[in-house]
Amino acid sequence: MTPESSAVPIDVSTAGGGGNVPPAAAAFVRRGSKTKWNVGDFVFKHMTMLFALGVLSLVFLMGYEMYAGSALTISKFGWNFLATSTWDPVRDEYGALPLIFGTLLSSFLALLIALPLSIGVAIFLSELAPRWLERPFSFLVELLAAIPSIVYGLWGIFVLVPWLRQNLQPWLASHFGSLPFFKGPAYGFGMLAAALILAVMVLPIIASISRDVLQAIPNLQREAALGLGATRWESTKIILSTAKSGILGATLLGLGRAVGETMAVTMVIGNRSEISASLFSPAYSMASVIANEFAEATSKMYTSALIEVAFVLFVLTIVLNALARLIVWSVTRRFKTT
Amino acid sequence: MTTNEKLYFFWRKTKNNAMLLFSLACLLIAVTPLVLIFSYTLIQGISALNLDFFIQMPKPVGETGGGMANAIVGTGILIGLGALFGLPVGIMAGIYLAEYGDNPFAATTRFLADVLSGIPSIVVGVVAYIIVVLPMKHFSALAGGVALAILMIPTVTRTTEEMIRLVPQSYREAGLAIGIPRWKTTLRIILPTALKGITTGILLAIARAAGETAPLLFTALGNRFWSTAIDQPIGSLTVFIYDYSKAPFEDWIRQAWGAAFVLIALIFLLSVIFRIVTRSRYAEH
Amino acid sequence: MKKLNIVIAAAAVLGMAVMPARAQLKLNGAGATFPYVIYSKWFDVYHTKTGIEFNYQSIGSGGGIKQVTEGTVDFGASDGPMTDAQLKEAADKQGTEVLHIPTVMGAVVATYNLPGYTGDLRLTPDVLAGIFLGDIAKWNDPKIAEINPGKILPDVAIIVAHRSDGSGTSYIFTDYLTKVSKAWEAKVGKGTAVNWPVGLGQKGNEGVSGIVKQSEGSIGYVELAYAVKNNMPYASLKNKAGNFVKASFDAVSAAAEGALANMPEDFRVSITDANGKDSYPISGFTWLLVYKSMKDKEKASALVKFLHWAMADGQSYAKDLYYAPLPKEVVKLVEKKISTIETK
Repeated sequence: MTPESSAVPIDVSTAGGGGNVPPAAAAFVRRGSKTKWNVGDFVFKHMTMLFALGVLSLVFLMGYEMYAGSALTISKFGWNFLATSTWDPVRDEYGALPLIFGTLLSSFLALLIALPLSIGVAIFLSELAPRWLERPFSFLVELLAAIPSIVYGLWGIFVLVPWLRQNLQPWLASHFGSLPFFKGPAYGFGMLAAALILAVMVLPIIASISRDVLQAIPNLQREAALGLGATRWESTKIILSTAKSGILGATLLGLGRAVGETMAVTMVIGNRSEISASLFSPAYSMASVIANEFAEATSKMYTSALIEVAFVLFVLTIVLNALARLIVWSVTRRFKTT
Repeated sequence: MTTNEKLYFFWRKTKNNAMLLFSLACLLIAVTPLVLIFSYTLIQGISALNLDFFIQMPKPVGETGGGMANAIVGTGILIGLGALFGLPVGIMAGIYLAEYGDNPFAATTRFLADVLSGIPSIVVGVVAYIIVVLPMKHFSALAGGVALAILMIPTVTRTTEEMIRLVPQSYREAGLAIGIPRWKTTLRIILPTALKGITTGILLAIARAAGETAPLLFTALGNRFWSTAIDQPIGSLTVFIYDYSKAPFEDWIRQAWGAAFVLIALIFLLSVIFRIVTRSRYAEH
Repeated sequence: MKKLNIVIAAAAVLGMAVMPARAQLKLNGAGATFPYVIYSKWFDVYHTKTGIEFNYQSIGSGGGIKQVTEGTVDFGASDGPMTDAQLKEAADKQGTEVLHIPTVMGAVVATYNLPGYTGDLRLTPDVLAGIFLGDIAKWNDPKIAEINPGKILPDVAIIVAHRSDGSGTSYIFTDYLTKVSKAWEAKVGKGTAVNWPVGLGQKGNEGVSGIVKQSEGSIGYVELAYAVKNNMPYASLKNKAGNFVKASFDAVSAAAEGALANMPEDFRVSITDANGKDSYPISGFTWLLVYKSMKDKEKASALVKFLHWAMADGQSYAKDLYYAPLPKEVVKLVEKKISTIETK
C-alpha cells in the first residue's frame, strides 16, 4: 500500500474531488508512518503539473509578447492612444478611440437585442418546456454557437446586408428618420449590420448558460412558490431574481465573445474608422482593424499600433471573462452546497 | 371569491399565458437565424459541390471552374498540427487538474484556462505571428498550427478534467487497493474509462479549430497550389471562403458557399456525435 | 484503443506532410491585388510549362512591401513604389537591395453602379475629387449633370467605396487626385493607406468591386481588369489635354510614352495625369519587388528565368486581360536590370 500520505487531502465532499480518499480509508492513510516514495508517482505528478504550468504561463506569455510588441506606440502616444481619433498610417498617427467605440457600441447593441431574447429562451427551456421538447431545442440553440464566424459573415454579406439596405433601413429612415440614429444613406453595411449579426452570435451563449443557471436552482424554490398558489410565471420571476447574478455572468461572457468577434464583423461593418451617432454609418472594430491591416503594416510604428490594439482587446476580454467566470462560479457553487 | 379577486386572478393568469407565449416566441426567433443560415448555405452551397470541388485545384483569377482540394487538405493539416501541439498539453494539464487539483495553483490554472478560451482568435493569431512567423522569417502551416493549438488547449483541458472527475472514486480505490501505484492507476484505469468523453471533447475542439479564419490570416497565409509541407504557407477552407466572398466573381462566390456548407456539415456532425456520446455518459451514471 | 488508433492515424498524416516536398521548386510571393488577374494567369501557365510553383497571395501592395521588408516571402508585388525610407529599411533588414521590376501597366478606373443609367458616364478631375472628398453627395448633383448633358441622373446618394487595406491601387488613385486637386492634397494626400474622408472600406480590388457590384448608387476605384471581368461600367475621365478618355491599353500606353524620356534607373515612376491627347490619366506601372541577392540561389535563378519569360511571352497575355504590355524600350531596360540579380 503506497498512497502518498502527506499529499492526499482529506476531503469529505462528493466524489470527483481529484485525488481524494473516502472517509473510511482516511484513517489508514494518516496512520501509515513511512510512505514508500514512488518514483513513478513523483514523475507523473510533476510532469502533468508542468503541462498545467504551461497552460498557465501561456496567458502570461501572450500578454508579455503583445506588451513588448507595442512598446513603440506606448512610448510615443501613451494613454492618448486610447483617446484620440486619427488613424492615419501615412502620417504615422494612431488613435484607437473609433475602434474602441466601434467594438463597444456594436457589442452593447448586440446585447441589447440578444439579452431579452436569451432570457426568454432560457426561461422557456428550463421552466416551461416539456422534456421531449427541451432537449432538441437546447441542442439547436447550442448549434447556433457552433456556426463558424466566417459563415455568419458570408450570410451577412449576401443576405443580411441587402435586406438592410433595401428593406429595414429605408423603413427605419422613413419612420424614425428624425432621430440621429437613423441618419445617412442606407449602405447596408455598417454598425447596424454588425450589431445584428453579433446579436445572433451571442444569443446562444447567454441563453445556454442562463438555462444552466436556472436549472441549477433547486426545485424547492419553485415548489414552494407554486405551493403558495403562484402561477408558473410568478414562480419563474422568483427564480429569476435568484439567478440574477448567474445571468449577469452569462451576459458578460456573451459580451466577451461579441467584443472579440472578428470575421463576421469585418465583413459587414464597413471598415471606416469614424465615430458617428448614426447606426447606418460604417464603423470599425478593434478586431477588424487587425484582420484588415496587420499583414501589411509597413512601418514599425504601424505594426506596434496594431499590436497595441490587440493588447487592448486581450486585456478587455480577459477582464470580462474573469469577471463572468467569477460570478457564474460563485452562483453555481452556492447551489452545489445547499 | 369576490369580483375583484376573480379579476385579479384572471389578470395573473393572462400574464402567465402571455409570458409563456413570449418565451416561446423568443425561442422561435432564436432558432430562426439558425434555420435561415443553414438552409441558405445548403441551397447555395450544394450546387457548388461537385466532384471537381473536392479534387481540383483553384483556377486563375476570373476563370470559372476549379475546386478547393488544396484548401480541404490544408484545413486537415492545420487541424492535425494544432492537435499535435494542443492535445498533449491539454490532456496532461486536464489530468493534473482532475487528479491533483485541490491547491491554489491548480485553481488559478483552471481559472486561466477558462479565461484563455475567451481570448479572441485574432489576438491568438497576432501572438502566433510574433512567436513563429517572425523568427522563421516566413509564413507557414506550422504557425497556423500553433495558433490553432492555443485555441484548442482550453477546451481540451477542461473537458479532460471534467471527464476524469466523472470517473467514480471506487475505480481509484480499487487500483490503489491492489497495489498499483497512483500514476499507473490514472493512466491505465482512469484514463481509458474517461476516454469516450475526452475524445468527444477533442472532437469539439477540432470543430472549433476547423472553423477559425482570423488566426490563419497572417500565420498560414494561403496557398493556391497543392502543398502539404509544414514550413510553407498553406491554404484552408476558411481563408478561401473569406477571399472568395469579397470578390465580384460569381463562380468564386458559389464556391465559397460550397466550402461554407462543407464546414457547417462537418461541425454539425461533430456536435451531434458529441451530444450523443455525452448523453449516454450521463445516462450511465 | 481508440485513442491509439487516432494517434497512429495522425502520425501517418503528419508523416506524409513533414516529408520534404518533392524536388518541385516553390516560391512564395505576396502583394498587390491590382495585377492579381494577370499574375495568377502567368503563374498558372508557367507552372504548366516548367513545374515550378509561384504561390502568390494577393494581400495588397502594403502587405507586399511589408513582407518583402520582413523577408517572409521570396518576392513581393506593389503598384505603389517603395519610398526611400522603406527601401532603406528593407535593405537593412535583409542585407540586400530590393529591386523594382516593372511587369505590366494598368489603369485605375472609377466603376459605378447606377441601374437605369445608359451610356457613358463622364467625370472630370474636380468632380472625381469632390465625390471622394464627400463634397458631392448625390448623383444628380449639378456638377455631375453639367458634364453629362442630356443624361438622367437619379436622386440617389453616392456610396463611395475605397480600400481598407494598404493598396498600390489606392496609391495610384490618390497620387492622381493629389496632382489634380489642391483640396485633396491638403486634406488627404497620397499613399497606400490614407485617411479617406467618406465611404465604405473593403479589402482588395476584389472587395471594392464586390461592394460596387452589390450596392446601388455606389462608386469605387478598381483596376480595369476587375471592372471588365465583372461587366461593370466605368467612367471616362477628362485628361490633362482636355479630352474625355476611356481606359484601354492604348490609352495607358499613351500615358507611358511621356514617361519614357525620363525613366529613372530604379523604375520608380508615376505616370498619372500624363500629357498626350489620348492618355488615360490614372495609369500606373506595377512592379515585382525582388531581392538583388537571395540566399537560396536556386530560387534566385528560377525567379530570374521567370522574369525573362514575363518580359517575353508573358507580355502577350496582357491585352486579353486588360493590362497594357510594357513599352519595348522599357522591356530592354528591365532585361538589363534582371541580369543584375545574383544567381550564383
